[in-house]
Amino acid sequence: MESLTTWLKNLLADNSIFTLQTLSFYGEGLANTVQLVFLSLIIGLLLAIPLAIARGSKRAWIRLPIFFYCYVFRGTPLLVQLYLIYYGVVFVEGIQDTWLWVILEEPFVPALIAFTLNTGAYTTEIFRGAIKSTPRGEIEAARAYGMSWSLMLRRIVLPSAFRRALPAYGNEVIFMLHASAIASVVTIMDLTGAARFVYARFYAPFDAFLFVAAIYLCLTFGIIYLFRHLEKRLLAHLKPASG
Amino acid sequence: MADTPIPLEVRNITKRFGDTEVLKGLSLQASKGDVITLIGASGSGKSTFLRCMNLLEQPDQGDLIVHGETIRFKETKKGREPEDWKQVVNMRAKLSMVFQSFNLWAHMTLLENVIEAPVHVLGKSKQEATRHAHELLQRVGLDDRAYYYPAQMSGGQQQRGAIARALAMDPEVMLFDEPTSALDPELVGDVLKVMRDLAEEGRTMIVVTHEMAFARDVSTQVIYLHQGQVEEAGPPDQVLGNPSSERLKQFLAPKH
Repeated sequence: MESLTTWLKNLLADNSIFTLQTLSFYGEGLANTVQLVFLSLIIGLLLAIPLAIARGSKRAWIRLPIFFYCYVFRGTPLLVQLYLIYYGVVFVEGIQDTWLWVILEEPFVPALIAFTLNTGAYTTEIFRGAIKSTPRGEIEAARAYGMSWSLMLRRIVLPSAFRRALPAYGNEVIFMLHASAIASVVTIMDLTGAARFVYARFYAPFDAFLFVAAIYLCLTFGIIYLFRHLEKRLLAHLKPASG
Repeated sequence: MADTPIPLEVRNITKRFGDTEVLKGLSLQASKGDVITLIGASGSGKSTFLRCMNLLEQPDQGDLIVHGETIRFKETKKGREPEDWKQVVNMRAKLSMVFQSFNLWAHMTLLENVIEAPVHVLGKSKQEATRHAHELLQRVGLDDRAYYYPAQMSGGQQQRGAIARALAMDPEVMLFDEPTSALDPELVGDVLKVMRDLAEEGRTMIVVTHEMAFARDVSTQVIYLHQGQVEEAGPPDQVLGNPSSERLKQFLAPKH
């Protein structure tokens, strides 16, 4: 461990920008970005599954509010949503006296809410399309074999739809990672926030942002690799036989 | 033996789509071991009739009695609906259907397709269902394809797989909806052979088909439908060998 730090120190002695201190900013930024993106994706996904199912409901009072939610969050820029949630909550009367304020005062939670609702809306639409394109014959077979609605949903419709949605959802994950860069405008020290800090401190925009771009590229590579692996496993049924 | 309930009985089924009355009071009774073939020109209502038997289509009127149990209906604003969907689900588990376009579940292997309903609808153990599935796949000549996905198999293989899936339910009655119509001519034979074997072992089957040779050789009863009505019905040598109605004669005449 010690030899590693000395090696790193020597390496960094050559330049004035990437010191251990600035690297630790990037490290902190990486942790924040990953946390924010990961949490909002997970919660957004959990939100999207029931919404995507309900979105196809025959009852208008179930279907329309979900349509409206998706429309609003897909129809406005994420940055605007973030501002509205971050600055807007202050104007809710009396909120500063409640326990909610303790978490909403920090920028992390409003950002998490904005990102979650945003990815939730997109994911709902992705899944809705995938559910809707379930082959009719497969649904008919499920009904003909005595499956109830919930069993059919669980065993046939959702597994089939998730697989179809996988490539589009992989895109959404990458999109979310990059969209999270705007978290820095509400003072979150995410990856881009760290780069902005380094830029401001050393007035070295090129070094600061190039370095952070490299980190985003590495993260994206990881996501692509993960989804390729998932597709290979889960979309095997779409490939022609090898033998 | 006389106490065993009749596997399937339908009485006076009517069905209309909008203004068109597609079924005008059709009845049918399938005793154990019967192979009933429904023939008729396209648009005669034979597929709709079959689909009314497991309520994939809701008949507007008429009774449906499966294994002695009458399906209960209620009137709603949108028309007649089953009163108790649980009863329908139980009924469907007794009538397994083979479709024209196979309709295997694409994201599952053939084996998974076959064990799906026995495990999740009938509540069989996975082990038992898998053992049975291998037997059935062997019977239809597909055991070497057990771990293939439907997209990796030919149409004939998929349809034989679909028959194995139907058999796995140990059904009272098997419903076949034009099982060979979507197949290449050279693949039809394998599927028909499997169906002949099933008829020989005494399965109760109702088959919508255009395969006249199959209807003649295998069925116990042939029903010729025309515009939603039974035009002629009876044993195959009578209906197909010596048709009395002019329409049926025309229908059976070789087309060149």
